[in-house]
Amino acid sequence: MELELLTTTLARALAFGTPLLLAALGEVVAERAGVVNLGMEGMMMLGAVAGFIVAAATGSLPLALLVAMLAGVAVAALHGVIATFLLANQFVSGLAITIGGVGLANLLGKEWVGKPLAAPMLPFDVPVLSDIPLLGPAFFTRQYALTYAALVLALVVWLVLFRSRPGLTLRTVGESPAAADAAGANVRRVRFLAVLVGGAMAGLAGAYLSLAYRPAWGENITNGMGWIALGLTILALWHPLRAVPAALLFGAFFTLSFRLQAVLPPELLTLLPYLVTVLALTLIAWRGGRGAVGAPEALGLPYRRGERE
Amino acid sequence: MCYLDEVRPPDDMPGVRSVPLISVRDLTKRFPGVVANDSVSLDLLPGEVHALLGENGAGKTTLISMLYGLLQPDGGSIAMDAQRVTIRNPRHAMDLGIGLVAQHFNLARRHSVAENLAVGLRGTPFWRPTKALQKRAAELTERYGLEVRMNAQVAGLSPGERQRVEILKAVMQGARVLILDEPTSVLTPQEADALLKVVADMRRDGRGILFISHKLGEVLRIADRITVLRGGKVVGRRAGGGAEASDLARLMVGAPTATPQRLGIPPEGEPVLRVNGVWVRGRRGQALRGLDLAVRPGEILGVAGVAGNGQSELAQVLTGLARPDKGTVTLAGLDIGRLSPREVRKLGVAYIPEDRRAEGVAGSMSVTENLVLRQVRDKEFARGPVIDWRKAEAFAAAAVARFDVRTPSLATAARTLSGGNVQKIVLARELSGRPSLVVASHPTYGLDVGSTAMTHERLLAQRERGAAVVLVSEDLDELRALSDNIAVLFAGRVVGTLPISEAITEAGWERLGLLMGGSAAA
Repeated sequence: MELELLTTTLARALAFGTPLLLAALGEVVAERAGVVNLGMEGMMMLGAVAGFIVAAATGSLPLALLVAMLAGVAVAALHGVIATFLLANQFVSGLAITIGGVGLANLLGKEWVGKPLAAPMLPFDVPVLSDIPLLGPAFFTRQYALTYAALVLALVVWLVLFRSRPGLTLRTVGESPAAADAAGANVRRVRFLAVLVGGAMAGLAGAYLSLAYRPAWGENITNGMGWIALGLTILALWHPLRAVPAALLFGAFFTLSFRLQAVLPPELLTLLPYLVTVLALTLIAWRGGRGAVGAPEALGLPYRRGERE
Repeated sequence: MCYLDEVRPPDDMPGVRSVPLISVRDLTKRFPGVVANDSVSLDLLPGEVHALLGENGAGKTTLISMLYGLLQPDGGSIAMDAQRVTIRNPRHAMDLGIGLVAQHFNLARRHSVAENLAVGLRGTPFWRPTKALQKRAAELTERYGLEVRMNAQVAGLSPGERQRVEILKAVMQGARVLILDEPTSVLTPQEADALLKVVADMRRDGRGILFISHKLGEVLRIADRITVLRGGKVVGRRAGGGAEASDLARLMVGAPTATPQRLGIPPEGEPVLRVNGVWVRGRRGQALRGLDLAVRPGEILGVAGVAGNGQSELAQVLTGLARPDKGTVTLAGLDIGRLSPREVRKLGVAYIPEDRRAEGVAGSMSVTENLVLRQVRDKEFARGPVIDWRKAEAFAAAAVARFDVRTPSLATAARTLSGGNVQKIVLARELSGRPSLVVASHPTYGLDVGSTAMTHERLLAQRERGAAVVLVSEDLDELRALSDNIAVLFAGRVVGTLPISEAITEAGWERLGLLMGGSAAA
């Protein structure tokens, strides 16, 4: 009995953690290049609505996923131009994108509210692996393809960021744009591209909700997940692999908030991701100064050549 | 294009046959109101250590910025291997074989050493770019004794280790010309010795080293040739072997130009300010190392020295902005070392800060607001928490008239005024409360003649009414004109104090230069 509770909780945590992981991976890439993207929530909403409309109209899931990503990229391009080329305040730009993006998505989706999707993305059991006791029901039964894609993406992002030359350049741009500039890197282009990647991932995260997890369109479908993904980025210490267990943890909080309604007020558990993030920030500040952990040093700072750091 | 025919052996090294790595001819760079480099010519030969000696503001930084592609010259030419070149940017400079180790290291602090080396290298593999360079780095490390831990994070390295990473980076990128900008300023004496050995090894390998410094001792030890800059011009060249410290010091500080406005009547009485054995940690390590000084009422103590020898920290410790780790600061017998800036100010300390726009005024606030910042809690202007703006404006209007602040209105944002007028606001505010101690840091830096003269008058007026004045300045003429005594700061200590009567003699002048250069003989 307890075992079944454990496996179903893990399974739900994984399903619920998937959009958080996707969005957080996108944010890790952008922030590692030094750009904060507070527009995550807006980009997820637009990805969700664009993906749903395309899927409902054409019935093609691949096309829907592509359009969802492009929707994220389009808004991210706006943020990228403002943050990296116009060197304006990234926080204001991101906030504006979230507020505007949520409103626009709700407007676009108005007539689709409550309409079911004819051909949603379906969960499936992974052959062989789903038969493993405990692990099978926890991680390989009735999950979506996008969940496994997110896990693979975590590995890919890690490989690129920490094992490849472009990844090294990207991280240098986020740590010391002056050093990257002197080394011949195009700081603005790297940052712009990183923001676009973040937008694509946010769009994908939104599409997971409207095409697979629900699968339906509803007002405010992301329900603050974009913000939680930002907290997740911090909790994962800007590391793509650490984002995986962190996403599972946050997913578990959500699942438990439903399950334990009888025992605990659900609000308390939905509060936990934010509390954990604040705790993580406090710990980072505590141990900070040594530089081993924490945000990229040039995070949120526009770069102009010739200014002393 | 070949300009070989233009290349002549260096004037002071006849018979040298090798083609210079770098030939600078008549290089000129102007900034508004100042010629930072005026027809500077210089050759750097393979296997040569060429020292560039000069005070702050002599034009050293401008020259290396042009050699590294950070600034474009207004006139003159640069040739490498007798080929005329236009150095577009730092990357281009590196591709040409010029490496710069700047005073402020250009490293990603949270990357490992290997990652910092890899990021600037051409042709590293796509995957695992840090792996491929290990062997080459190990070779160079061994050859030049540049010991670095490849996998250590830069943030955890000492300044000396970071400098070795920068040197290694430049050499790995193929630098045949290495520009070292004040390389020993961040090093311990042992590290400095090790660096000079590295430099000697590089010279042996035929690289050219441009060694920028103001320290006479190390220049005499390492340089094959010495070029002295002052006021943007080359004022002398010496061969490294036969040069004399006193000769170089005289070249560096120049002949005294202005006659002092007055000879100080030696102030009498007990010092009102006493600083005893003060140690303060600055942003880049220990800034003050057992500093002692004393100032009497009615005395202007000039503090001379090359920037970065503890001047900023001295001003901070006198105004409560920094706390001494060791030692005492007493004002009229009261220990002020542990007091807050506000408490120190209440005791009658006025502060004219180094960066008047950032620290002297709140830029977006009005002239009136800036003028009453200091007294805003006094009964004169406040009824409890409420400011009496009528009185504040009356005060501001009087101050503006008295100090001749040129402003469109009292409501104008301080940021929009010229530097001279901003300084007048600072002076008006700071000197209005009959201070017992005035701390002025570079008070005339960047000001025009009129504002400079007015600032000098105001400081002298404070001296007349019996205030103690600590005047930190890099302008030796200014110090000579105003000071009763001149203390020289070097490496966080006062290494010598000269009464003005001595400082204006030729011997005293030379001694000042030697002290500023940290020459132990002085």
